[in-house]
Parts: sequence; structure tokens; C-alpha cells
Amino acid sequence: MLKTFKNWILIGFASLILVACQQQGGGNSKKSKTLENTQKAGFVKCGVSQGLPGFSNADTAGNWSGIDVDVCRAVAAAVLGDADKVKYTPLSAKERFTALIAGEIDILSRNTTWTLSRDADIGLTFVGVNFYDGQGFMVRKNSGINSVNDFQSGISACTNTGTTTELNMRDFFNSKNISYEPIAFEKADEVVAAYDAGRCDTYTTDKSGLAAQRTKMSSPDDHKVLPETISKEPLGPVVRQGDAVWEDIVRWSLNVMIEAEEYGVNSSNASSLKDSENPQIKRLVGSEGELGSAFGLDNEWSLRIIEQVGNYGEIYEKHIASTGIMPDRGPNELWTKGGILYVAPAR
Amino acid sequence: MNLKFFSIDLKNKKRLIPQVLTLLSIVLAISYFAFNAQVNMNNRGIAFGFGFLTQEASFDIGFSLIDYDGSHSYARAFLVGLLNTLLVSVIGIFFATLIGVTVGIGRLSSNFLVAKFSEVYVEVFRNIPLLLQLFFWYFAALRALPLPEQAINFYDISYLTVKGWYVPKFIWTNFSIFIYSILAAIVAITFVSKHAKKQREEFGKHIPSFYIGIVLLFTFPALSFFIGGVTLDFEIPVLKQMSTTIFNFRGGVSIIPELMALAMALSMYTATFIAENVRAGILGIGKGQKEAAASIGLTNTQILKLVVLPQALRIIIPPTTNQYLNLTKNSSLAAAIAYPDIVLVFAGTALMQTGRAIEIVSITMGTYLLISLSISSFMNWYNQSVAIKEK
Ligand SMILES: N[C@@H](CCC(=O)N[C@@H](CS)C(=O)NCC(=O)O)C(=O)O
Repeated sequence: MLKTFKNWILIGFASLILVACQQQGGGNSKKSKTLENTQKAGFVKCGVSQGLPGFSNADTAGNWSGIDVDVCRAVAAAVLGDADKVKYTPLSAKERFTALIAGEIDILSRNTTWTLSRDADIGLTFVGVNFYDGQGFMVRKNSGINSVNDFQSGISACTNTGTTTELNMRDFFNSKNISYEPIAFEKADEVVAAYDAGRCDTYTTDKSGLAAQRTKMSSPDDHKVLPETISKEPLGPVVRQGDAVWEDIVRWSLNVMIEAEEYGVNSSNASSLKDSENPQIKRLVGSEGELGSAFGLDNEWSLRIIEQVGNYGEIYEKHIASTGIMPDRGPNELWTKGGILYVAPAR
Repeated sequence: MNLKFFSIDLKNKKRLIPQVLTLLSIVLAISYFAFNAQVNMNNRGIAFGFGFLTQEASFDIGFSLIDYDGSHSYARAFLVGLLNTLLVSVIGIFFATLIGVTVGIGRLSSNFLVAKFSEVYVEVFRNIPLLLQLFFWYFAALRALPLPEQAINFYDISYLTVKGWYVPKFIWTNFSIFIYSILAAIVAITFVSKHAKKQREEFGKHIPSFYIGIVLLFTFPALSFFIGGVTLDFEIPVLKQMSTTIFNFRGGVSIIPELMALAMALSMYTATFIAENVRAGILGIGKGQKEAAASIGLTNTQILKLVVLPQALRIIIPPTTNQYLNLTKNSSLAAAIAYPDIVLVFAGTALMQTGRAIEIVSITMGTYLLISLSISSFMNWYNQSVAIKEK
């Protein structure tokens, strides 16, 4: 009895060690493990917010929509042929990177600011920017505060924990020599509730976030966003470090949507443009070149993105502009139209 | 010295095998996970180390018992979080015990209303999830408390508002001398009570040690003020206008609503379990004992104090220790309502800003383990001290 028991334990350890050694081998091969796993599972594992209208928000039936959601949908269209094949995991600001590093999700598309320390330090790679943003402040309209210069020492400011917001806020108030009381919540809903109840005098986060959260407040018209922007917040999708092919797929899925807008290709005209005169358009709809094969996809990957998800202009209009969150595209306009959206050419 | 105890009994060697095997498998399992984590972290370009603890934290914390701002290190931020966790746990344990004992005794009351009320209290607060209660108290408090300009005023020295409960701040000089005077008073009181006990037991003489103790407790600190150079000033909070409609109190100390709500939720919830322990403890004392005590003419209060409680305590303490541990661990729900405890500050913000998941989570787990072990060993010690001593 004892002997067989001992043998089993020995076998157990031997296999554990084998598994460990196998895992060591991974990571530097040319194939994409993430792509393989995604195709095997049949869905893209996408990390989103816990509800930020315009970016990633679920309706009562549990359907997610928003421009962050559309990045994941684009990848699903490219690698699985169906933009709906996405599994969403709502994450708080604090949980998001751990979830990505641990492999719970394969794309983090959750209004996440691209910074040096996040990109370089913690095993993450940012693949691009899908929204140029900056941090702002919201106050009550009757507060008599019209600019950040009206803030005085003793002010209390609510925000989300684990965000760039927390750090910028300190830099900002320090530079103005204002002492303040920070109150940092894990979930955005609690921040809004506490601000609404008067626990804090101002609510600070990305301006897009302020605009979006305002739509959720009890009386949105009682509040206003101050004109100043105190930081740069380039928001974009993130992947785990170490899978260069997957990184490329996500990056170019985003780029294709932006470039499609640049060349006037949209969800309704894309398939009819296969015989276009313009070679750049033909490459976007897959009738010229072999762009997909570079990351092991077929040639229609980008056509599917444009057809099923749309170009950047379409998704901005649908989620951000028509919902009244930020009707003006501002910096998120194409470089050809006075904005700063400028992506490397898909060729 | 007898070496026999140290040599292994050869006949019993076989019995050692399972133990050695278990130990070995634990060690191997841990090293397997450590190795695996190392490999995966290398693959993903994540460094391991505790050097980050000395780096500048660069985030501020709204409520701290020690001097802190974002220019301090992550280690200091950890300390701030730890102290906040300990603070809310101590407050929570104090009130949970107070409410728990009251309700527990109340459930056995012969007064129908008291007994029924206690029962309803236990049933309600035990069966609603703690997180829900926490949100309830927090947002109920935020809704109920007035804005600073309409603060509830306590004699012009203390104000209760939605932004916190502002109380006067004590400003001491020579605070350490004051502390020494208290320590001296405690030493003197122990001495007096020992002496009084001896007098009572040996000579049957009664010394009013309790009143002497009170006098000592006041005279020593008073002396520290008159001849020790200790002074105490109060900084009273004053209302300040910061814009057309924004007001706040400046000066004094603010007990933030997050702390009040968390302490409230934790103590109300844990009190239900303590109440049940107390009830079980009292019921566990045989009826005969109470009758015997009554027959020698003890009053009800005396029976409770002299006969029932000393024995019941031995039944009550072990499970109550568990509740103290639970309360401390449950205090980590703080993050939900922005009370800056160790989980929010260190395992939350610091983890996010540094990305040092493994390091930070192991430090945090180790800290909770340490707190738990300290509470249990203290309670074990206390339990032993109330245990029946054979004379
Ligand atoms: N862009 C900032 C802040 C991101 C953030 O978490 N913003 C909040 C407020 S707009 C949010 O998304 N909340 C939604 C949620 O809790 O899921 C960052 O990357 O650190």
C-alpha cells in the first residue's frame, strides 16, 4: 500500500517538473500562442471597464458596446471571422493589468492610458491609441468655480484608485500649492455616488470619462466640466508582452479602422471597392497584396473588420458623438482634417 | 542531559515516512510554483525584487495616522495602510464586543421586549451580506449627514458633516512625560491592588483599592502638568468658505465618514456572532450552579458576575477570537468605500502603480497572517489566564 502510494507521488512530481520545463520553452517561437488559443476557444478574451458609456458599456441584455469594445470586435472579425465572438470581462482599474498578465484576458481595451512605466515595467505592451484624452475636473455648476485657478486649499477630490488620475492629481495640486483631500474608490459608480452626495467638491478623471459618467448622474445639468486639461491621456488597447504576432494583430486591427476612414472605406461600401483604382484601398479590402499572411491570417481579415465593425469615423459617430458624450472630435480627428489621428500605412 | 529523547527509535522509523513525504511534497510544490512563476515572469519581462519599497510612492492618501504624502516611499505608504487597518479593527473589535455582549445577555433576558429585540437584531444583521451593510451605512451616512455649512454643531468645538466628523486636535508639549506619568500611575495601581488583595486574604482587612486607584490615575498625570512641564492646547476646527457654495472645516482632526461607516458595519455584523457566543456560553453553565448561587443569597447581578461569567468566558473566548480574526480580515472590504486600509493603499494603488503583484501580495498576506497570529496568541493568553486554576 505504502509503496504504490510512494510511486504515485514520485510520478506526480516527475510530471510537474516536465510541465514546468515545457513552459520554459514557450514564448520565443514564431507562432502566436495567443492566436492559436483564441482560434481553439472560438472567442477573443477581452477585458473592458465595468461600464463607461461610449467606451465599454453593457446594455440591460448584457450586450457590450463602445469604441473600446469595437477594438476587440475588430480582432474577433479578423481572426475568427465574426465580430460577435468576444467574451468580455469587466475589470476595475486596479484589476486590469493583473488580469491581462495572468492570461484571464488577451486584450485589455479599457480606457487605459499609455505611460512609460506601464509599457516598460510590468510585462505589458501598448499597441496604439484609439482615443486621445486628458484629465479634467467636474464641479457643481453653482459652486462658483469656473476654472482650476479657483480651487483653494482644503478641497476634497474623488477619483478612481489605481489610475494615472491619482498621480496627475497630486502633481497638479502640488504645483499649485493647494492642499487637498484625495478620496479614491475602486469602482466608478461609487465615485459618482459619493460626489453626487457631496462627499467631495470635485470629481476628477479623463475628460471622456467625466462626460460619460455625467450621463449616469441623477441630474447631469447640475454639473460642469472645467475647461482646463491637466494631463495627456492617450488611451489604447494593451496586450501581454512576449507574443509579438498577437501584438501585431491587435495593432493593425486598430490601424485598419483608422486608415479605412482616411480612404473613405466604410462598412457599407467596403465590398464594392474590391476593384477600386486606388491600390491602397485595394489592400485595405484584401484585393491586392498578401497582408494577412504576415500574421497567419487570410487576405480578407481587414475587409471583415471594416464590414462588421466599421471605420473609425463610423464607430466614433455611433458611440461617442451621437450619444452626446463628446460630439466634437477634437484631437481624435484624422490628421488630414486637423486632428492628430495618424497611423502607419497598412502596406 | 538525557540524549535518549533525541535519538530516533528505529522501530518507529516507518511511522516517520508519511511525515517526511508530506513535508517533502509541500517543499516541492512550493518550489515548483516559485520556479514556474520565475520562468513565466522572465518570459514576460517582469522583474522580481523588493527594491521598489524605497521608491517614491507619488500618490497621496486622504487619511493617515502618521505623517505622509506622495513624496514618501512605498514602504511608508504600506505603514499608513497597515495603521489604518489596525485602527478600524481595534475600533470594530471594541464596539463589536460591547454590542455583542449586551445583545447576547439581552437575548436571555426575562423581559420579552428586550429578548425579542435582541433576537431580531441578530437575525437581521447576521443574514445580510457584510458588503451590502457596508454600502448601506456609507451611503446612508452620506445622504443623512449635512453639508459643512449646515453642520451638526457640538458646543462649537466639534462638528459632524458629510465630509467627516471634525473634533478638536490635541497639541501637546512634552507628551512623553505625560505618557510616563500614566505608566507610573498604572504601576502604582497594580502595586496597591496586589497589596489590598494580600491584606484581604491574609488579615481580612479591607482596603478601598478601587478609589485609591482612581485618585492615583488622576494625580500622576495632573502632576505631570503642574511640575512636569506638560501643556495641552486644542485646535478647534473652523468653517472656511472656499467658493460660492463650497465650505469645509479647517484645523482639528477629521474622522472621515469612510472610517465611521466601516467601523459601524464591521461591529454591527460581528456583534451578532459574538452575541450568539455569549448566549451559548451563559446557557452552557448548568442551572444547578445558578440555583446554588441564588440559594446562598447572591443577587442576580452577583450571580452573573461571580458565578456565570467567569465560567462562561472559557466557553466564549475561543469562538470569539475567531470573530475578532474575521473582523480584522473583513476590514479589507474598506476598498469598496475608499477607506485607505492596507488592501486599498498597498495591494491596490501601490500594486497598480508598480506592477509588483507577487511581491506586494505576499507582503500583504504575510501582514494579515501576522496580525491574525498576534490576535490569537493574545486571546490564548487571555483564555489561559481566565481558565480554572487548580489550587
Ligand atoms: N485612463 C486612466 C483612468 C482610467 C479609469 O479607470 N477611469 C475610470 C473613470 S472614467 C473608469 O474607467 N471607470 C469605469 C469603471 O470603473 O469600470 C488610466 O488608465 O489610469
